[in-house]
Amino acid sequence: MVQEINIALIGNPNVGKTSLFNALTGSRQHVGNWPGVTVEKKTGERRHQGSTIKITDLPGTYSLEARSPDEKVANAHIMSGHPDVVVQVVDSTNMERNLYLTTQLLDMGQKVVLALNMSDMADARGDRLDLKAFSKGWGVPAVRISATRGEGLEDLLDTIISTFKDRSVPSPAVNFGAEIEGNISEVEAMLRSGGAGGTSPRWTAIRLLEGIEKVEEATADAGLRAKLTAALEGVDRDEVEMDLVDRRYVAITSLLDRTYVRGSEKRSLSDAIDRVVTHKYLGLPIFLTMMWGLFELTFTAAQPFVSAIGLGFEWLAAFVVENVQPDWLASMLGDGAIAGVGSVLVFLPNILVMFLLIALLEASGYLSRAAFIMDRIMTKMGLHGKSFIPMLLGLGCNVPAIMATRTIEDEKSRLITILSAPYISCSARLPVYVLLAGIFFPDNAGTALFLLYLLGIVVAVGSALLFRHTILKSETSPFIMELPPYRLPRLKNTILQMWDRGSMYLRKAGTFILAGAIIVWLLASLPWGVEYGSEESLVGAIGHLIEPFLAPLGFDWRIGVALVFGFIAKEIVVGSLGVLYGAVEGAGLEEAIALSMSAPSAAALMVFVLIYTPCVAALAAIRKETGSWKWTLFSVVYSLILAYIAAFIVYQVGLLIW
Amino acid sequence: MSTITLDGLEPGSRAIIKGFAANGPARRRMAEMGLCPGTEIVTLRRAPLDDPIEFQVRGYNISLRKAEAASIIVEIKEG
Repeated sequence: MVQEINIALIGNPNVGKTSLFNALTGSRQHVGNWPGVTVEKKTGERRHQGSTIKITDLPGTYSLEARSPDEKVANAHIMSGHPDVVVQVVDSTNMERNLYLTTQLLDMGQKVVLALNMSDMADARGDRLDLKAFSKGWGVPAVRISATRGEGLEDLLDTIISTFKDRSVPSPAVNFGAEIEGNISEVEAMLRSGGAGGTSPRWTAIRLLEGIEKVEEATADAGLRAKLTAALEGVDRDEVEMDLVDRRYVAITSLLDRTYVRGSEKRSLSDAIDRVVTHKYLGLPIFLTMMWGLFELTFTAAQPFVSAIGLGFEWLAAFVVENVQPDWLASMLGDGAIAGVGSVLVFLPNILVMFLLIALLEASGYLSRAAFIMDRIMTKMGLHGKSFIPMLLGLGCNVPAIMATRTIEDEKSRLITILSAPYISCSARLPVYVLLAGIFFPDNAGTALFLLYLLGIVVAVGSALLFRHTILKSETSPFIMELPPYRLPRLKNTILQMWDRGSMYLRKAGTFILAGAIIVWLLASLPWGVEYGSEESLVGAIGHLIEPFLAPLGFDWRIGVALVFGFIAKEIVVGSLGVLYGAVEGAGLEEAIALSMSAPSAAALMVFVLIYTPCVAALAAIRKETGSWKWTLFSVVYSLILAYIAAFIVYQVGLLIW
Repeated sequence: MSTITLDGLEPGSRAIIKGFAANGPARRRMAEMGLCPGTEIVTLRRAPLDDPIEFQVRGYNISLRKAEAASIIVEIKEG
């Protein structure tokens, strides 16, 4: 009989949960070595023994009770979705803390299977685990696996199916002692009699006793609310809270003492690296050098490929213009679609190199150290050490950056991070810099790039500081972060991740940017009969309308038009410039721009593109994560004003210097 | 046997957690991460700017700000 089994993958951050998900489903998904990579629920399927196993990958979480958005997602999924089996991925080299989550899952009455991941590393360290006795201890089947090597997966799938078929009801792992258990039973009975408490009245009772869930959230029934409130009145919630945590760990140590012997410490290499990269005097210089190297490589390593792709597109456009009939179609394809998409695709090598380097840093574990090193500075800037990772991801794309803020527990710190993150220069802005810096500052292009990214960081932290002291006044929230051991990045995972993110860029080039380029072409060709891209065309009219506002920044009407279209996606700025300048000057884009733009204008333009309005996709993410149109609109207006002021200063100062 | 707060420990020193000097979400989070009374904790190193501090507890490494470490009361383990 074919059956469907719904399972959820859960686990602490950084235990290889996403690797297991990939190994089980064959799906390509981003694997990282820092807390909070999985920001959304991901689903996949696996067929085994005639059953279809539907797998939901939940965000990494240390606990199901605390209040960060990631933990809420995980808790809500288990409470309302009630998966048939929960598979908890456990880091075999770090059992104690990992099993804390297990005790909570058992309190929820969940059927749990433990996937003891990285068992090869535990073996190498000399760990000894009596698997049978360990599984028997809490009645939770455990399977040793290595997700990256694909070992133990069949065994895991078999166990999932047998656990699904097993009719016995899982029992809690921890006895909280007569007094608290009495309280739990009392509240649980009330919930049950009132039909409240969802799929797990015991779990709801525990959360009520700890004061994590409010009575009003548990039930709408006034009579039941009154009874619950009365029952909870005499309870010292702080006391209960600490007592429960304590008892969970006591139960864990007692189980492990009976069944497990930890091998000799293997962190020595990891610690040796840490001694250098977090060294009092070397730490910051190493960090800055790595960041600078990231940009330098992004520019130089990709350059030969960039030139080759550029030549290819130029040839293709020329070929189309010569050979396609009628003329208007040739123009639309050659001047519009190919020029527009080509001028963006040309930067794919830069973007792939940057994503590759970020993926390597991420997978190695260095990013957590970067947060560790930067926390003091970030705090001074009104941010949080954990804001650092979203901000760094923002170098690739602001959308995942904004979503990654979910690891920040404190709402105000999170909102501040969301609002400041878009100033971190994303890869969509890179083509603009690469193009302009390459033309106007060819000898110092890498440095110019570095300075722009630095400016982005300055604007981000400056804004954060401003928000923290004005509209979002508050203290910074705590910084309690795991520092995982360094791991050698897996080439396959790193490349997959680079490709996942890079292909997003490609898809954007094929959709948004293609459409944008054609719209620009249309507006540049209408009304019919005008010279393409001339001042009499519609773009000319739009450009001239805004030109007076942009003149103090050194922008002509064509740049104005390009900036308007950049709202859709910032790469379109380059595409539009390609259409507008390429057509008018009849020469290659670079020569055309070199002839009609000055160095101060180019510098001001780069700064403006860096700061002005987040693109449509980023705004959608801000709307979704803040749940507020007010903050979304605020982000637009604030960034426009700021971009204007900054570009004005750069242009005016530039005029004096050059 | 001397009782001090966790932020006062030199790198390399071992201590046993005795309790918390403050309530609130930070205390809960630290406890959930395994920093419960009776647990041994080792101070590893300070960040380049002196804050936060890296510790080892229950076989893994964790970083806490000075302010958070100052809310944990410990007893230094000699030797």
